[in-house]
Amino acid sequence: MQPYEMTAYELKEAIVNKELSATEAVSSFIDRIESVDGKINAYITTCFEEAMNNAVLQDKLIAEGSNMNNNYLPGVPYSLKDNIVTKDIRTTASSKILSNFIPPYSAHVYEKLKDSGAILLGKVDMDEFAMGSTCENSSFGTVRNPFDTTRVPGGSSGGSAAAVSAGMSSFSLGSDTGGSVRTPASYCNLTALKPTYGTVSRYGLIAYASSLDQIGPVCRDIRDVAMVMNVISGNDKRDTTSLQITPPDYTSFLTEGIKGMKVGVDLKSVESGLDSEVKEIYLKTIQTFRDMGCEIVEVDFSMIKYAVPVYYLVACCEASSNLARFDGVRYGVRESGNDITSLITNSRTKGFGEEVKRRILLGTYALSAGYYDKYYNQALKVRRLIMEDFRNQLDKCDVFLCPTTTDAAYRIGEKNDDPMSLYLSDIFTVTANLTGYPAASFPAGFTKGGLPVGMQLTSKSLREDNIIKAVYNYQCVTEYHKVRPEIKEGV
Amino acid sequence: MSYKEFETVIGLEIHCELATKSKIFCSCPTTFGAEENENVCPVCLGLPGTLPVLNSKVVEFAVRVGLALNCEISRRSKMDRKNYFYPDLPKAYQISQYDEPLCKNGYLDIDLEDGTKKRIGITRIHIEEDAGKLTHSFRSTLLDNNRCGVPLIEIVTEPDMRSAYEAEAFARKIRSIIQATGSSDCRMQEGSIRFDVNLSVMPKGSEVFGTRTEMKNLNSFRSLVRAVGYESRRQEDVILDGDEVIQETRRWDDAKGMSITMRSKEDAHDYRYFPDPDLVPIILSEEYIKNIHDTLPELPEARLDRYMNELSLTAFDARQITSESEITDFFEEAIKYADAKSVANFIIVDIFALLKTTEESFSELKITPLQLAELINMVKDERISVTASKKALGEMFVTGEDALGAVERLNLMQVSDTSAIESIVRQVIADNPKSVEDYKGGKKQAMGYIVGQVMRASKGSANPKVVNELVGKILSEM
Repeated sequence: MQPYEMTAYELKEAIVNKELSATEAVSSFIDRIESVDGKINAYITTCFEEAMNNAVLQDKLIAEGSNMNNNYLPGVPYSLKDNIVTKDIRTTASSKILSNFIPPYSAHVYEKLKDSGAILLGKVDMDEFAMGSTCENSSFGTVRNPFDTTRVPGGSSGGSAAAVSAGMSSFSLGSDTGGSVRTPASYCNLTALKPTYGTVSRYGLIAYASSLDQIGPVCRDIRDVAMVMNVISGNDKRDTTSLQITPPDYTSFLTEGIKGMKVGVDLKSVESGLDSEVKEIYLKTIQTFRDMGCEIVEVDFSMIKYAVPVYYLVACCEASSNLARFDGVRYGVRESGNDITSLITNSRTKGFGEEVKRRILLGTYALSAGYYDKYYNQALKVRRLIMEDFRNQLDKCDVFLCPTTTDAAYRIGEKNDDPMSLYLSDIFTVTANLTGYPAASFPAGFTKGGLPVGMQLTSKSLREDNIIKAVYNYQCVTEYHKVRPEIKEGV
Repeated sequence: MSYKEFETVIGLEIHCELATKSKIFCSCPTTFGAEENENVCPVCLGLPGTLPVLNSKVVEFAVRVGLALNCEISRRSKMDRKNYFYPDLPKAYQISQYDEPLCKNGYLDIDLEDGTKKRIGITRIHIEEDAGKLTHSFRSTLLDNNRCGVPLIEIVTEPDMRSAYEAEAFARKIRSIIQATGSSDCRMQEGSIRFDVNLSVMPKGSEVFGTRTEMKNLNSFRSLVRAVGYESRRQEDVILDGDEVIQETRRWDDAKGMSITMRSKEDAHDYRYFPDPDLVPIILSEEYIKNIHDTLPELPEARLDRYMNELSLTAFDARQITSESEITDFFEEAIKYADAKSVANFIIVDIFALLKTTEESFSELKITPLQLAELINMVKDERISVTASKKALGEMFVTGEDALGAVERLNLMQVSDTSAIESIVRQVIADNPKSVEDYKGGKKQAMGYIVGQVMRASKGSANPKVVNELVGKILSEM
């Protein structure tokens, strides 16, 4: 097996046991990127020279026998979604307005990964400012789904998913505001977790919607997810919304046996708008959990029909404010103007893509005088009702199981004229962001056309243990997550 | 209608920089006078991905001011985003407080001209961050971000003031109170306290306020008074002309002595306020508030009482000493070593006069409290005369040297040595037989003449008391 085909765990073990050197691992990934990224287009910025230097350093430390505790990922190559700020390495959020932005500081998660010995290969593509669910809103060209390069990898962390799926990164960190690590994981046959809000510091994550954003691992399996969570989670004083808790050892939940675990299912809410193949896989997944000894419990999310409108209102309102700082004055791309108003207007007009403009306009409108109570304030009230509804339903079970997405990956361009239907496809993922609850997507099967379909498990706040246990056991009795795409020649 | 039939209604908005070591949302220093763009970091520059973290000292400093101004301190308040585009605002929003401010419903009593007190209401006090500084030149605008994120309190008064006198009295008093809390140094020249004036006019006795304007850029108490005078007259003229006062923000131009329209406000700013999702609500416990209350330094009112009752200063003197915290601090230090009345007298009469000649402010005074105390004690010990001490003070004011140094340099040491003086007295008496005659003849003032001559002969260095005694003694022996 080539290093680029190994999971992060396998790589770490091999490197720690000196069966593989960090430089060999990194070289393998670099070769792989150079070989296939032309067809996938996952990377915006690569940092191969630094990666090799870091690999040499890691090999030196390993030879010296420096302290290796369970959190360390020495020599394990990874990628970061390009909205995670990396000092001295260009960070664009896939936007023209930041195409020349070299940050003078680093995100918390990047610092943590550096300390763990993991090696950054580069920054991967995404929907501009994380706004999108197909990764077609990138300013650097569309990222392709490795399983079918005529299709989207999902968004907004499309580059993260495509890179990991195609063997161009052993794991990646993406960000999730309404499903942005889970949707691409579902489309690209990966396992990804959006942690409980506040578990992972947002310091250094270019903000889209502050009360919804969380950084999450995008990996080949749940073991890798747990390992990466051990590195990146924990309180950060620089993020006031970061929880003041000591996170658990997430790998301690990788234990066999979930007999008696209550798995909630909501066949009613799930039915409308759901692709028939996805529904079939959902039913099959339910059966698998039943076969593992789980108790299947019917739940009913009566508020779920409000989830998408509430999400888009809250997200767009917060985003309209978060993105106001991009005015061309201090950093980023500046367009000239006769006065300050035209300077700012021109910079933003040229610098932002369509979808970003759409959401900023929507958010500005909903916050404006006369509309605040009708839209934003109302959305906050309904959000609380959704949280109550979800909490009540999750009281009946340990985890809630549903499809991650309504469909498998769309063809590129298929949804161009229909942004609304794209918004509606987020219906299963947005609730986890609105409530702050953790949710993970994991591979659960394929369509007849060979496209991956992911299922999602949600639990209450800080109950990642249930999710990790459930997915781990599922991945012990199924092989879907082991399937790798064949990157087809020339499309 | 004539000018006399109008009444002016004034409210003040005061922005005050809090004297915390660090900025409100990051750990950058707040020091004044740093090089441009030196006190900055990714957070206060609003770089992508950064987050604000509230400096708890800011809350503490603000609560101190709130308590000193008799406000209700909100047990729960929150931070909101005030959204607008301007190059001195890095995030394109200012983190402020909108509908749940930290303090509410306070008051401050001012002394009116007739000696009565008037209560001026304080509507609210909230915390917020300051913006950067723009310097406009002919061809470009320069942006200094040092001030971005400096913590401010914004104090809004009720429109309770009715004259420039009241506005100035209020402004001076609130400044001295805030200074006394230690929460801000309130230096108008440095911009750490800024007064904006909301002013309208109405027919005397009316219950309906007129349209108000806001005036900014008042850099001194003098401009405040002038601006109030100008703007009320301007608005009265507008109304008497049959026009309507436009609600707008105006810039006070002190050189021209007039207020000028700032950007015309066709559309009022919609700031799209909403709660900042990066910060959590500020929850204060009873214990927290009580602690701050108990550790409040002595405030001007209480200090006035103490000076008058315990130190026996006159009301006038006490007010002078408490008018600025620099003077009060100086006084408090000096009275550790010398008696209060003398210290007060020297400050109010002599030092103030000296400062007036150089047009310096009290904070620029070279003389230290200890130096003044030493000087005063030299008089008390009769080592120098009172007259000499004033001379010495004048020197110390210029050179900053110690009392002893000035006295020795100017040869002001008083001679109290009886035998040395006696010889001078005998000499003077011998030289002035007529005066002796007059004295013997019952003209008491002749003795004064002789004393004066002795002082002259000793070039002022003889101890007048000793001279008086000796002259009296020797004359009576004759």
